[in-house]
Amino acid sequence: MVANIGYYVLVLTFLASLYGAGAAAYGALKRKPEFVESGRYAMLLTWPLLTIASAAIIWLLATGHYEIGFVASVTSNSMPTYLKVTALWGGQEGSLVFWAWLMAAFTSAASLRKWDRDRELLPWFIMVTMITLAFFLSLVVFFENPFARLWLSADGQQVTAMLQPTGAVPLNPPDGRGLNPLLRHPGMIIHPPALYLGFVAYVIPYAFAMAALITRRSDDRWIRITRRWTLVAWIFLSLGLILGGRWAYDVLGWGGYWGWDPVEIAALLPWLAGTAFLHSVMVQEKRGMLKHWNVVLIILTYALVLFGTFLSRSGVLSSVHAFAKSAIGPMFFVFIGVTFIVSLSLLINRWEMLKGENFLTSVFSREALFLLNNFLFMGILAVSFWGVIFPLISELVTGQKITVGPPFYERANGPLGLGLLILMAIAPLSAYASSTWKTIGRALWKPALVSLLVPITLYFGGIHNPTALLGYTAASLVAFVTLYEFWRGVMARRRQHGENLPLALWRLVGRNPRRYGGYIIHLGVVLMAFGIIGIEVYQTETQATLSKGEQVTLGRYVMTYDDIAVFDTNDGRNVARAVVSVYQDGKLVDELYPRKDYYYDSQQAVTIPGTRSTLADDFYVILVGLDPDSQSDATFKVYHNPLVNLIWIGGVVFSIGTIVAVWVISGRRRANKTPSASKSTRT
Amino acid sequence: MRKLQTVMGMTLGFILLSQVFALPAFAQDGGPTDDDVNVIARELYCPVCENIPLDVCPTQACEQWRATIREKLVLGWSDDQIKDYFVDQYGPRVLAEPPAEGFNALVYILPPVLFAIGAFILFMVMRAWKVEPPTPKGKGVTVESEDPYIAQLEQELRRRDE
Repeated sequence: MVANIGYYVLVLTFLASLYGAGAAAYGALKRKPEFVESGRYAMLLTWPLLTIASAAIIWLLATGHYEIGFVASVTSNSMPTYLKVTALWGGQEGSLVFWAWLMAAFTSAASLRKWDRDRELLPWFIMVTMITLAFFLSLVVFFENPFARLWLSADGQQVTAMLQPTGAVPLNPPDGRGLNPLLRHPGMIIHPPALYLGFVAYVIPYAFAMAALITRRSDDRWIRITRRWTLVAWIFLSLGLILGGRWAYDVLGWGGYWGWDPVEIAALLPWLAGTAFLHSVMVQEKRGMLKHWNVVLIILTYALVLFGTFLSRSGVLSSVHAFAKSAIGPMFFVFIGVTFIVSLSLLINRWEMLKGENFLTSVFSREALFLLNNFLFMGILAVSFWGVIFPLISELVTGQKITVGPPFYERANGPLGLGLLILMAIAPLSAYASSTWKTIGRALWKPALVSLLVPITLYFGGIHNPTALLGYTAASLVAFVTLYEFWRGVMARRRQHGENLPLALWRLVGRNPRRYGGYIIHLGVVLMAFGIIGIEVYQTETQATLSKGEQVTLGRYVMTYDDIAVFDTNDGRNVARAVVSVYQDGKLVDELYPRKDYYYDSQQAVTIPGTRSTLADDFYVILVGLDPDSQSDATFKVYHNPLVNLIWIGGVVFSIGTIVAVWVISGRRRANKTPSASKSTRT
Repeated sequence: MRKLQTVMGMTLGFILLSQVFALPAFAQDGGPTDDDVNVIARELYCPVCENIPLDVCPTQACEQWRATIREKLVLGWSDDQIKDYFVDQYGPRVLAEPPAEGFNALVYILPPVLFAIGAFILFMVMRAWKVEPPTPKGKGVTVESEDPYIAQLEQELRRRDE
């Protein structure tokens, strides 16, 4: 009953989204506002309808309706209720519904704004978002139905279908296969929604950009309307990536946070395009330049959002042949191709209309440096995209599968990343239209001089690796320039208004949250850069098989293997849990419990490391295996990860910076209180 | 009875743990250590476990591969010989990167070529933009804003947005 209701609600939502798109476009073309309004109501209906469908899936998941194929594939009796609920996005069918639900929520929220003078954008905004929503709903209605039931066909095969196939009998297993154990982690509970929120939020600026093109609006209004949506998309996508890294570090048991896996890259690609967009829109807002480029970037971001979902949902990554057999793969492929070509055609058609309003006055101006920043982001994007798709192309052409692994990406993207760091140090000191190498040189020399102390200190402290020294120097330069910018702003306020330091800082940030939020984000990136260089260049590891009481040494650390216990848990796991003592410079500093959890329902194992975390480093222990003969000798892999926690701390700073940058309303309120403050900072 | 079930469950679990989890080969005295094996293993990928380097892959198949590496090291094979052995057996996909030969050389050639083309386009764009002198008032008005009243309105609205 609930499954039937859920499915028919999905069908209804699909029809509503199609109607919304059609009615809005018809109303705009025939100048019949009542149709546009009708389309808007259809759009507003999609979210409550999808809420009902999602609630139906959650109810089926939570109550163990294993006659439903999706429920049987992602839940089991032993799973706690919160995991059964979050299993909604743990499998293909549920995650597509969840994607659609989030998108309906975002588009509804965006459509509730005051349209006033932007009313001509509304029908096209509805059309673009509803077509996207209809596409995702078509996948679940026709191919990946989360409400489809299990049946035993006449020839004894288990099949999944909504309606009873001829000769088949209903199948109602007593238990499900359970969620993939790797997904039973707090990080993985938050990580997919964060990524999805980032993905769907990027549909909003794309829809406004298309609406602006269709209505021949050449101004930057679409950018201003979607400024906050873009930042919201960006923060969620960033959070999703950071949380994914943390999850990998905690669960995957390989001592790292980023493995250049195609699924990771699938989420990174729209982030790269979105970050380039975030910078380049400022040039259009301030100087009326890069109009074509901004549209290209948002089209690219939207296409990459779809591409990322396609990569992780179509089975194409395991093999091009799996893709061909996948029900939704070709659909995705066609939709991405069609939307990309139509969007670019529209842009080409409006090319003349979007000519820039200014010219480049200096290669050291802010706009020129932002363009260079975009170039480097595009470089990283191109390398990463190429690395992901090349194995597929190679398999198609040569028939042989190949791997494009981390060394390829690191070698190509490392120098580009370093270039971005250097730009992050220079660009804040430049001004729109007027900077020259002399003005930048004058602003840069003091922080540059201070930052040189860092590599010198590090060199005499024993760090001689050129990559590390170069990276730390660039990151330090960014940090000092950013702090210098804060200092100059605060001092200017103190001089003009006599404010104390905290108040001056508060008002400085509040007056221009976008600028100073951006600087805080840069500081977050600096911390992350320090952490990344620390673990990438200086990570050490060793593996040893120990009897109880034996020890292994790694750098200044000694680890003693004390004990092991193997036991069952109430939630369907068999746990092997070791106890090890960690000594640093001969002194006992911690006791860790690395373990392996075997899940009976899914017949899969998960490695949970034991970690001693400090600001300086992590001592990270993995229980690799047990000796079946002695039943107590165990093999451990031990990592020393210097500065890795700066990555997570940097992620937090990064997030705070983005929140500050979104803090436009509060900033405006403060600015109104102190109108004369505008003289103290550059714009 | 319940206790017996628990004991049986634990025993079964331990057996499964022993079989499903990686069972590392234990180093012989004087033979290659786990670290020696992992130096090579981290540059190899098994065909089954997508994108997981061999040194950290927990499956039994990968454990057998690591055991093979150990055997070859005992026989005195070099790192390259061992990698070549796996390539011969399973194809080039076992390597972290494809050999730069034949069609696969494209993976290395295209990025620098694209970078050079991109740099050239960037240079041309910047040069084209420098042809005319800058407008005196910074940001110009939009195409639709040529009417002075509309321009004034647009400016005020823009200020309101900021």
